[in-house]
Amino acid sequence: MKYLAQFGIIIAITFAGELLNRLIPAPVPASIYGLVILLILLLSGLLKVSQVKETSDFLIAVMPIMFVPPAVGLMESWGILSGNLIAILVILVVSTILVMAVTGMVIQALAKKSGGESK
Amino acid sequence: MKEVFIDSAVLGVLITIGAFQLGMFLKRKLKWSLLNPVLVATALIIPALLLLDIDYRVYEEGAKYITYLLTPATICLAVPLYEQIEVLKKNALAILAGIFSGVLTSMLCILGFALLFKLDHQLYVTLLPKSITTAMGIGVSQELGGIVTITVMTIIVTGIIGNILADAIFKVFRIRHPVAKGASIGTAAHVIGTSRAVELGEIEGAMSGLAIAVAGLMTVGASAVFSLFL
Repeated sequence: MKYLAQFGIIIAITFAGELLNRLIPAPVPASIYGLVILLILLLSGLLKVSQVKETSDFLIAVMPIMFVPPAVGLMESWGILSGNLIAILVILVVSTILVMAVTGMVIQALAKKSGGESK
Repeated sequence: MKEVFIDSAVLGVLITIGAFQLGMFLKRKLKWSLLNPVLVATALIIPALLLLDIDYRVYEEGAKYITYLLTPATICLAVPLYEQIEVLKKNALAILAGIFSGVLTSMLCILGFALLFKLDHQLYVTLLPKSITTAMGIGVSQELGGIVTITVMTIIVTGIIGNILADAIFKVFRIRHPVAKGASIGTAAHVIGTSRAVELGEIEGAMSGLAIAVAGLMTVGASAVFSLFL
């Protein structure tokens, strides 16, 4: 019954996340509130990793398949995508290059200063 | 066929799992790590539905049961984050500052181009979460009123671009520090990029994994603010 208990804990946190999403008027998804709650529970020691580990590993492993139904929705929003295809592609390529370069350069500069160079 | 589809709740689930498995099979057979099973499954399901003249809503009626588990699964990402948090302790300030600069760069870049290309508000907020992991991106896009489908597509394509260009970017911008490499891949190209970071080395892989979660959380906050700008 280990898996049922683990799933129960995860679902309880999901519900808490959904409640916060309703109560707090900010565009933060229920899943993010839940993630932070679970992280706090683990960091504070109130919950042990072993109490959620197997079910959590399973849910994370099968997660990519959960993206398929929303992706198939492209059938309905193809018009909007195709009308802006070039703009979107330019944004994706340029921003990915800049984000990677900026993140890398900032960390490299700061990490070297603090002498935290790792091999 | 159409009636069976409408009556059966599991048919949509079955088709989704089948198409995804086929995508996984192709990825293994062709040994091409960038062949994304979500894209393959989508490319198989859409023509099949069009051919059988089945409406997306009818497919989604069954397939939505798969997506029901997305919120609990996303919450579980706290477990790998907790397990990797040790990695953060050394160089914490540099890493957090770097990831934050990356997230800000992403937001500013999207805002700038959205103004340049005169995109509307809906498409703008659809693109804001494009660098973060799909699970979080779907949530952000939904909350901001974006088009979730397009968000999913842009997230996957961003990951593939980051995975392919990482080595060239490191060379051009002279990024050699393994922590810097790993974190920048995770920040810019989430899970799909991380598969490249893992190939680069152990530190790169762990840092990239950590950066996915940290950049995701920062992006949730940043995109809430940036959504007000256009």
